[in-house]
Amino acid sequence: MTVESLAEEFGFKVLTMPSPEREICGAYIGDLLSWVMGKAESDNLWITIMSNLNIVAVATLADVSSVLLCEGVLLDDEVLALAESKGVNVLATDYSAYEVAKIISGAV
Amino acid sequence: MSDKLVFRFDVQGDDFTSAGQASVQVKKNLRQLGFDTEVIKRVSIAMYEGEINMVIHAGGGTAEVSVTEKYIEIILEDKGPGIEDIEKAMQAGYSTAPDSIRSLGFGAGMGLPNMKKNSDSMEIESKLGEGTRIVMKVNI
Repeated sequence: MTVESLAEEFGFKVLTMPSPEREICGAYIGDLLSWVMGKAESDNLWITIMSNLNIVAVATLADVSSVLLCEGVLLDDEVLALAESKGVNVLATDYSAYEVAKIISGAV
Repeated sequence: MSDKLVFRFDVQGDDFTSAGQASVQVKKNLRQLGFDTEVIKRVSIAMYEGEINMVIHAGGGTAEVSVTEKYIEIILEDKGPGIEDIEKAMQAGYSTAPDSIRSLGFGAGMGLPNMKKNSDSMEIESKLGEGTRIVMKVNI
């Protein structure tokens, strides 16, 4: 499933989506950046509540297809602009990571 | 053997807004050179962890990435406080990072283990009060 279809199907907010056609394959949930770097696989959807500037580098290096911010977390303008310029998709939702995992299970 | 290709970067200390820039640039360069995505990922993750360590612990340092025919070599050097107990620092989950760093999502004690995991060889030389030099190689 592409990032764009995921956002549409599950009603996730699109904060920035420079690469809408990127395919999502599996997901990883985590907020500790080194764990994410060590464990997330390429093309995963990265589900997190971490929203500082460093998530953009981590998303780029871990090569995830999109970041999904949970629990109503949003990005400030600086982070948003950086994500956009680096081609990093960022979605957001009010659901918790657990609820997201439940609803997208089987779809990615 | 042909000349090796070398990229050099200065890593600023205590600057989390630009932390990771060198690694992201290296990833871009390696991609342009047509390397396998898995190799690129390993190199850039190993380097990012090292970069973050220099930002958190050493007040910055330098990173040098060389591309040879058989491997990519990453040399990280800093003039920070040095690592007191390398064996302990290599343990997953062991961290000396302050709480302010942890709140940013760092300091999980996975930096050095991730560097080891993503490289084919890793050597650490560290002297207390003088600094640390880490050499990692990722086979192509």
